[in-house]
Amino acid sequence: MSKTVKLNPPLIDKDVEVLEIGDRVLVSGVIYTARDAAHKRLVDLLAAGQELPVDFKGQILYYVGPSPARPGRVIGAAGPTTSYRMDSYTPTMLQLGLKAMIGKGKRSPEVIAALQQYKAVYLGATGGAGALISQCIKKAQVVAFPELGPEAVHRLEVENLPAIVINDCQGRDLYELGVKQYRRTTDTRMEPTVCR
Amino acid sequence: MRQIETAAITKAVKEAAIAANYDLGEDILAALKRGEQEEESPSGREIFRQLVENAGIACNERVPLCQDCGLAVIFVELGQEVQIVGGDFEQAIQEGVRQGYGEGFLRKSLCHPLTRANTGDNTPAVIHTEIVPGDRLKITVVPKGGGSENMSRVHMLKPAEGRAGVIEKVVATVKEAGPNPCPPIIVGVGIGGTFERAALLAKKALLRELGSPNPDPELAALEQEMFQQVNDLGIGPQGLGGRITAMAVHVLMQPSHIASLPVAVNIQCHSSRHKEAVL
Repeated sequence: MSKTVKLNPPLIDKDVEVLEIGDRVLVSGVIYTARDAAHKRLVDLLAAGQELPVDFKGQILYYVGPSPARPGRVIGAAGPTTSYRMDSYTPTMLQLGLKAMIGKGKRSPEVIAALQQYKAVYLGATGGAGALISQCIKKAQVVAFPELGPEAVHRLEVENLPAIVINDCQGRDLYELGVKQYRRTTDTRMEPTVCR
Repeated sequence: MRQIETAAITKAVKEAAIAANYDLGEDILAALKRGEQEEESPSGREIFRQLVENAGIACNERVPLCQDCGLAVIFVELGQEVQIVGGDFEQAIQEGVRQGYGEGFLRKSLCHPLTRANTGDNTPAVIHTEIVPGDRLKITVVPKGGGSENMSRVHMLKPAEGRAGVIEKVVATVKEAGPNPCPPIIVGVGIGGTFERAALLAKKALLRELGSPNPDPELAALEQEMFQQVNDLGIGPQGLGGRITAMAVHVLMQPSHIASLPVAVNIQCHSSRHKEAVL
């Protein structure tokens, strides 16, 4: 039975270990953003032996490139972007101590294995609900790579940002299980759903 | 010849780009509301509920529906009795995109493909112009998100693969996409023509009003068959498992070469945004 868990970063192993696929989480506190270009910059900095602009230990990374804020507003629309494009960078980020990522869509087997190895989770937010999610964001500030525009690293203060555990630190995948539950073959089409 | 000023074109494109990103079409909103009632999966119903709420916030609070305000794809039907005056036609459209994305607080999502440097104003838009009879100019602005576009495919089938092969490819493309393109999706399918025409047909198919039947009975039957098989995949809203993976499958078809059977699948996320202006 799935549960609802409040997450307040920084996170430690214990916070992550209780999370299981299908659990609903509400994130409050400080999280950071990065998407394609920022990930490349971060990994390039590491490769060059330079210091990163943010210490990701225990942190939550949100894959988002927000739309511009109107004057007087905190931020524009801010829903998740598709996560697989960050897959090649993710094991490195987890090695730095990152504890959770918020995005949408499938992760690679390498990422799922790295989540187990480093005790971390992958959370899904609702893709295409950028206006709704923006209401959970109370403060936003660019903290690195401002020249990347929407792809800059932002520090966000969020309240009860909703997400679902897609991949837990036990190697399980909600996408696989959910689809299995509702898949129909030609033979089963007319029959009632087996498990709901 | 009826004359149309480029300034009017710029204004129409700007307004359509902004409206498309803030005001979800009635047909899409109705489908989302229906999904909230009809989806069997509880998490799927919750997703539909969020998407209906999202559309309300976007419209009332003037926050874009999605942070990915898209690459602006512009379909133009230019009446052959129209004369464009006052400047360069395509530049007028690009200026409309520039102004719409700037003044509308929309995200600029275009970059150099290799250096990834942002172009800064969401131009250049991709423009498809058709010359048609009459003295009107119809402009449809379609902000296309990257997530669903990335999951789109063109397949060059062997003619021997036939109708069954077409269905199989469409279903396989949706299956492979899984949760990535933000289901519930709309599946645009282009069959025939050439490599590039099939892709264009698939994109154009997305513009048909959601829920409206295909006027061609052969294609209507094909759409129904593909719709059922796509939804039998069980992907569901946001890929969490459910009955409604696609809200519709729309097909456009035209003759192909005797050696070829091109099939393009253009996947559209639930944030299906398009606004038209007729001058």
